[in-house]
Amino acid sequence: MLDAHLVVERDRFRLDLQLRIDSGEVVALLGPNGAGKTTALRALAGLQPLSAGYIRLNGQTLADPDRRLWTPTERRSIGVVFQDYLLFPHLSALENVAFGPRSHGLPRRDARARAAGWLSRVGLAEQARARPRQLSGGQAQRVALARALAVDPALLLLDEPLAALDARTRLDTRAQLHRHLAEHPGATLLVTHDPLDALVLAERLVIIEDGCVVQEGDAATITAQPRTDYVARLVGLNLYRGRASEHTVHIGPGFTLTVADAATGEVFVAFPPAAVALHTHRPDGSPRNTWPAVVTGIQRHGDNVRVQLAGPDGIAAAADVTPAAAGALRLDPGQQVWAAVKATETRTYPA
Amino acid sequence: MRRPASGRAPAALLLPATLGLAFLVLPLLGLVVRAPWATLPRRLVEPGVLTALRLSLQTASLATLLCLALGVPLAWLLARVQFPGRRLVRALVTVPLVLPPVVGGVALLLVFGRRGLLGAWLSNTFGVTLPFTTPGVVVAEAFVAMPFLVIAVEGALRGADARYEEAAATLGAGRWTSFRRVTLPLVAPGVAAGAVLCWARALGEFGATITFAGNFPGRTQTMPLAVYLALEQDLDAAIVLSLVLLAVSVTILASLRDKWIAAP
Repeated sequence: MLDAHLVVERDRFRLDLQLRIDSGEVVALLGPNGAGKTTALRALAGLQPLSAGYIRLNGQTLADPDRRLWTPTERRSIGVVFQDYLLFPHLSALENVAFGPRSHGLPRRDARARAAGWLSRVGLAEQARARPRQLSGGQAQRVALARALAVDPALLLLDEPLAALDARTRLDTRAQLHRHLAEHPGATLLVTHDPLDALVLAERLVIIEDGCVVQEGDAATITAQPRTDYVARLVGLNLYRGRASEHTVHIGPGFTLTVADAATGEVFVAFPPAAVALHTHRPDGSPRNTWPAVVTGIQRHGDNVRVQLAGPDGIAAAADVTPAAAGALRLDPGQQVWAAVKATETRTYPA
Repeated sequence: MRRPASGRAPAALLLPATLGLAFLVLPLLGLVVRAPWATLPRRLVEPGVLTALRLSLQTASLATLLCLALGVPLAWLLARVQFPGRRLVRALVTVPLVLPPVVGGVALLLVFGRRGLLGAWLSNTFGVTLPFTTPGVVVAEAFVAMPFLVIAVEGALRGADARYEEAAATLGAGRWTSFRRVTLPLVAPGVAAGAVLCWARALGEFGATITFAGNFPGRTQTMPLAVYLALEQDLDAAIVLSLVLLAVSVTILASLRDKWIAAP
């Protein structure tokens, strides 16, 4: 089990991250570029010194600057899959995987046997003699995974393991990676900026921005109740923060939403872009939230068209409309429209 | 039809360029033209030539081994370890490169001479004397040639991705294992190129060798020293010896053309 409090201070950046991962658990560390994800991974691997905090793995303290404790990388029970894999170019796939077991003191024959076993587990028995440059991207990724797992690490660290792959390879490789991570008895930390990778591969998500945790939880909680704009964008929701009294939430001086769930105090209101309807004139009648907005962007989004809107007080929203509706509305950037959302489509939860 | 501008060379550049080329090539051509081709085979197998050639090859090779053993770790230190005074150390390493070799020979005498700083101790403790011996030739050649190796290997190390060493560390390899099994194989081409340059420089070494080791046939008289001596007695012999050295140098140049001579 991993129990860590990572504090890394550098020029104008500070990472402060509390992290617990049980054995057998897969946790995704998700965040935008520059949030400190890779720094956290490097700190756990011992490639980046801690400014403060501690790292404990299976009851053993690996790092604790206050007590002047520090275990060098090569004596930590870890396995790392680097973003660009870093397979040793002068060694065959087999020798790459055998490198770890040999460094841990296994005789050459045993190390090779173990490496061969791992290569066949990732389906690459036939590529054992191939050099890294002869492997495809997906194959190289699997060799890197086998190499990291071949030392039975108590903590497996993956840095954007699928980022270097094309979309098609990514799908297959993700499914395989999922299977191997599920079988891994140690703790796993997956660093990624891709929400899909995180949602598919991890049981729990830790989301960081600017070096701090902004939200933590399982996939269902995160996708249903995002707490920052970044997370809301990741899971594809419109998100607002405001003061609620009963069914009314004041978001800004000129922007109020009527919501389905009664609440009081500071709350988040979330609704999907598909719940936003667009009209050329102010709709009347039904109990709806309506507000005037200006179209700021139009993109294809799956089968629909995603329209970016700027409302009163500069409050932004995204709306998904069908191509037919977009055509009927003659949407153009700068155009004035009316946005409408039913109260029943909104979700409200405490901030 | 006008050719592209890049294809035309103005006379102001073309003329000196041609002169420069002639200046570099003509002396070598002269060597080939003036060579006593008729008597060449007989002269090549003269005992003096073979002895000098064998001694040259042996000492240059030993000097290269010495440079590899000391220079590769030094290059690693300069490329991978942050320590105060690193710039100064790097500057010191390159001093023999710009130092007149004769000055290097004098300096070596002052240190390793019978009454030198280390020489006296070596002589009293181990009964070893370096000046005017074959090992002295190796020392003189290594002194002059080592910067070539260190600079080449340091460059290769700087060019190599240090993250491979991090990957090795995450797999449980200590720094020595990682150096031996990852770093060194990755920079092997750079080490090889450095070693060949170092060997070529050692082979042609003259000033430091004659100052520190003297000019004793069979013991310290390497090819360049033999050429110099022959020049005073027998011009044809000097030409033959020079031709042999030229042949060796050209062979090295050819083997290195991809690494060092080719334009980027």
